[in-house]
Amino acid sequence: MSNARIIRAPLDPSVLLKVVFLAVIAIIVMVPLLATLFGGFKSLGELRVNPFGLPRQWEWQNYADILFSARYWQLLRNSLIISTLTVALTLIVASMAAFTFAHIRFYGSSMLLSYLTLGLLFPAATAVLPLFIKVRDLRLLDTYFGVALPQAAFSLAMSVLLLRRFFKDIPYELLEAALVDGCSYIKFFRYVTLPLSRPILATVGTITFVNSWNAYLLPLVMLNTDALYPWPLGIMIYQGEYSSEWHLILAFITLTILPTIILFLLAQKHIVAGLTAGAVKG
Amino acid sequence: MARRTASVSAIGVAGEMVPQVTVRGPSWDGRFTVLILFLPPALLLFTLFVVLPIGEAAWYSAFNWNGFGRPTNWIGLDNYRFVLETRAFWLALRNNGLIIAVSLAIQLPLALTLALMLAERFRGAVALRMLFFMPYILAEIATGLIFSFVYDGDYGLVASIWRTFGAEPPHLLASTDTAMLAVLIVIVWKYFGFHMMLFIAALQSLDKSLIEAARIDGATRSQALRHVVIPLLYPTIRLSVFFAIVGSLQLFDLVMPLTRGGPADSSNTMVSFLYNNGISRMRVGYGSAIGVILFAICVTFAFTYKRWFMRDE
Repeated sequence: MSNARIIRAPLDPSVLLKVVFLAVIAIIVMVPLLATLFGGFKSLGELRVNPFGLPRQWEWQNYADILFSARYWQLLRNSLIISTLTVALTLIVASMAAFTFAHIRFYGSSMLLSYLTLGLLFPAATAVLPLFIKVRDLRLLDTYFGVALPQAAFSLAMSVLLLRRFFKDIPYELLEAALVDGCSYIKFFRYVTLPLSRPILATVGTITFVNSWNAYLLPLVMLNTDALYPWPLGIMIYQGEYSSEWHLILAFITLTILPTIILFLLAQKHIVAGLTAGAVKG
Repeated sequence: MARRTASVSAIGVAGEMVPQVTVRGPSWDGRFTVLILFLPPALLLFTLFVVLPIGEAAWYSAFNWNGFGRPTNWIGLDNYRFVLETRAFWLALRNNGLIIAVSLAIQLPLALTLALMLAERFRGAVALRMLFFMPYILAEIATGLIFSFVYDGDYGLVASIWRTFGAEPPHLLASTDTAMLAVLIVIVWKYFGFHMMLFIAALQSLDKSLIEAARIDGATRSQALRHVVIPLLYPTIRLSVFFAIVGSLQLFDLVMPLTRGGPADSSNTMVSFLYNNGISRMRVGYGSAIGVILFAICVTFAFTYKRWFMRDE
């Protein structure tokens, strides 16, 4: 916009208003997060009288106890396994389908594509009871795959759409040249399409990973053994056990959202682009 | 695509570019292999875990069934009648409506205002964008737990503020009057940043010359905003509304740590109602009927909305 000069004028009341407004929103966003982080460093007694401020006495023990417990690492491990499985399944299956839709013309292709995009219309929750029965009948209840397979299936629609759009933009001359030189479609997919598509694969992977890492409903329905629980289930149980020992719960929350926040700070551009682009293009 | 197929086969046969005369080369070369290898995994996975369960939900919803053995106790449409006669169902539907109303009345204007401020370049703009987006990437479960601390009547932040004014702290999540309000606040806190990012992305791809032209023609800053910028953002606004409504229809994870839909069903959403009444009690028929109703609402909404508001996209 053309108002750079106005912004620099320090005493403009509209600028002041804007600064105050932004500051208020920033405080509203930050206070709950900081209170959670610092709350984990307080004793329960201090938390009650001083929930906002910095800890007067830093209780490193709260965090240390969790970090040295097998439980915390097991939850993260389970989440990592389930999310990785989901991402791997989604990327492999969706990129193969997207490649077919992008490069091969066959009878019914647009019909099949619309069939897949039906998945965008409704959430997994609508069919979660029959899904439970199905997973049970497949004897996948209480396994990592029992969660990862439905999650991958529900992320297919969006993934295929995003990947297909990108694959179609790969210069067609490349495919022609490769075919003339005797390269097969499958080799082209493996050695040309996939390497060229790293950005979109990363985007789709990120969306799928974040969704799976944070998911609660499907693991809640499909898993019965504590040892297999991903962290969102584990933390709900932890909260149930330590119902009002908020200092421990806050430390636990901080440690479980830490991986997400670190990932976000490291790859923020990618994540923002992925999550908004994914939403827009879907 | 037809043209491409033609030129491939032309090159394969004649070795040079031929105008589009021969459509469909005689050989399926490797394409058939790709078709039978690459497509079935996706179709199988999707059919098995997405499409069939929806169909089965419709079938199971005609039975009184607890999930063991096979469904045998056919009761027709009774489950739907039971759902529609449950007060909690209508409460849940009302709550979903409230979420949509708050998204439109508060969250959207807030997100748009912030986007207009932060799309400009100044020091700290990018940092603020990231900060405001942060709640969106947090897991809903974690967000819900954080706010159940914020609202806690004994230890929470709200209680502490109340006490400094010498008042008895309220238990916001434990009262039927305030529980849903508390949930709504968390929803705005968590999701406004996502909508803001949608608007920022749209603002940055706007054609600046249109705004400059309006300014040169004598439009004030606010006139340019109202008559040029906002109309140019209509497609994004429609998209943002779409996400707010879809998000409301599937909201569940956030509600569980806060209230579990209670007290007395006052803060249930459709999905938490489905969970509390169908899944957690393994009433497969009844739960499936709720699922089918929710499915019908989602599909009807998606089609109507796309037809009425997003024709051009």
